[in-house]
Amino acid sequence: MIEVKNLTKRYGDIKAIDDISFTVDTGEVLGFLGPNGAGKSTTMNIITGYISSTSGTVTIDGSEILENPRETKSKIGYLPEIPPLYPDMTVQKYLEFMFDLKKVKLPKKEHIDEVMRLVRISDIGKRLIKNLSKGYRQRVGFAQALLGNPPVLILDEPTVGLDPKQIIEIRKLIRSLGKKHTVIFSSHVLSEISATCDRIIVIADGKLVANSKTDELSLSLAETQKLSLIAEGGSSDILAEIKKIPGVKKYKKERDISEKTALYSVEYSNDTDIRRDVFSAMVRIHAPILEMKSGNESLEDMFLKLTQSAEKGGN
Amino acid sequence: MSAIFKREMSAYFSSATAYVVMAVFFFFSGMFFNFYVFAQNSNSLTYVFSNMFFIIMFLIPIITMKSFAEEKKQKSDQALLTSPCLLTEIVLGKFLSAFILFTICNLIFLVYAVVISFFAQPQWSVILCTLLGTLLLGGAMIAINVFISVMTESQVVAAVLGMGAGLLISMMSYFVNAVGVEWISAVLKKISFMTYYENFTYGILSITDVVFFLSVTALFLFFTVRALEKRRWS
Repeated sequence: MIEVKNLTKRYGDIKAIDDISFTVDTGEVLGFLGPNGAGKSTTMNIITGYISSTSGTVTIDGSEILENPRETKSKIGYLPEIPPLYPDMTVQKYLEFMFDLKKVKLPKKEHIDEVMRLVRISDIGKRLIKNLSKGYRQRVGFAQALLGNPPVLILDEPTVGLDPKQIIEIRKLIRSLGKKHTVIFSSHVLSEISATCDRIIVIADGKLVANSKTDELSLSLAETQKLSLIAEGGSSDILAEIKKIPGVKKYKKERDISEKTALYSVEYSNDTDIRRDVFSAMVRIHAPILEMKSGNESLEDMFLKLTQSAEKGGN
Repeated sequence: MSAIFKREMSAYFSSATAYVVMAVFFFFSGMFFNFYVFAQNSNSLTYVFSNMFFIIMFLIPIITMKSFAEEKKQKSDQALLTSPCLLTEIVLGKFLSAFILFTICNLIFLVYAVVISFFAQPQWSVILCTLLGTLLLGGAMIAINVFISVMTESQVVAAVLGMGAGLLISMMSYFVNAVGVEWISAVLKKISFMTYYENFTYGILSITDVVFFLSVTALFLFFTVRALEKRRWS
């Protein structure tokens, strides 16, 4: 559906994005991840035709934005980082304007009503945009992107500035939109991306550093798994027992929690599960387990790893 | 184009812009009407028009200063430029809305002509010809100011630059006389708006004058489109 090929954008000597290529299939929700200033917005601005690339091409549903701007642009709904709103208009008037601007061919009133219902702004149609809270503005921006049911939705940090309840709503909305639309959605919050997207692209310093399915990304990159343990008893005994368990690679006491209890962290290889062994070992030395948690390396850790290695490579 | 035109018109009339511009326009034209028609016992609007030349130079930047500068500042230009509208449509929509507001202001001259008709026979041909000239002049100035607005992010800068340009254009006719070098003076005379505008105020409708203003308008609208296009590439 979307094909991005060797996209590069230079500002003078600075490369804002450097040779980025990826494709997005129809109906896929793609997460676009990167620290601030990595080139997410630049890439999205190029895909939507707001700015041009220095080199490289963007093809949407077979048509290229530079060769066929009208047709290509009508296939995209774009929510930029700052929603493109006119503060002096009411929500209803603004959406009517955007409807006309996008030359949408659907029945006007019904369609606008439907979109307003979808993003839950039906009750604020008569209010002036300048009087709206950040969350509402974001949703009006969202509504604007949905007008005309474009097959492709590009959303640049749609959840920034929203409260937790709104964030959950917007995520749900994006998920449900993913059934009918192809969505690219950027964020620098990992948990959000992993909860919403089928596939993740990580960019750092203008370069693409990872591109894979959400669940694969964490597995493939994490060589070890982590286990954190709070147990009561002599710490030297506990550490000695942990050491004996097969598969354990690293272990240490993180900190004392009270006089007798302490927090330990254990790293073990991906192909084993040591939780049962830990349990029986602790039973053997009469050290009650108060808490035990295991999990893949978190996306946050991975993200840092990926983006830092890109920085090192860049230097 | 009609979407942008409609939005701009409603923006003019839902904010103070349209009313302030119209109030200033009516105030000064009314004052000049009083001075040159009533006080002088004349039936000619020529002096009213020629004095309005300067007022128009200052009012047009107020009308157009928002057009692109504000869009860029509040980032709403992203909606325009990523919509399936051509750049030409966007520019024409903005231009036409400013032009229509300017035209509404100028309709007051017809009212003055009707007022004159109660006392004397107004020179309808001169009045209509001058009105046409004023609209053409306004169109050219609006195009220049829209172009200035696309070059900056600040409305104030756009307005000040626009007024500066207006002042320069108004003073061009003085420069023509002040400059000693003959060929420079000749060139200045050729590009001085007053040279072409004056003919209209005498009731002379010549194709040269019409073409001059229309080409200035077209040229600056074209520049505006190119400037928008360039923004994308920089």
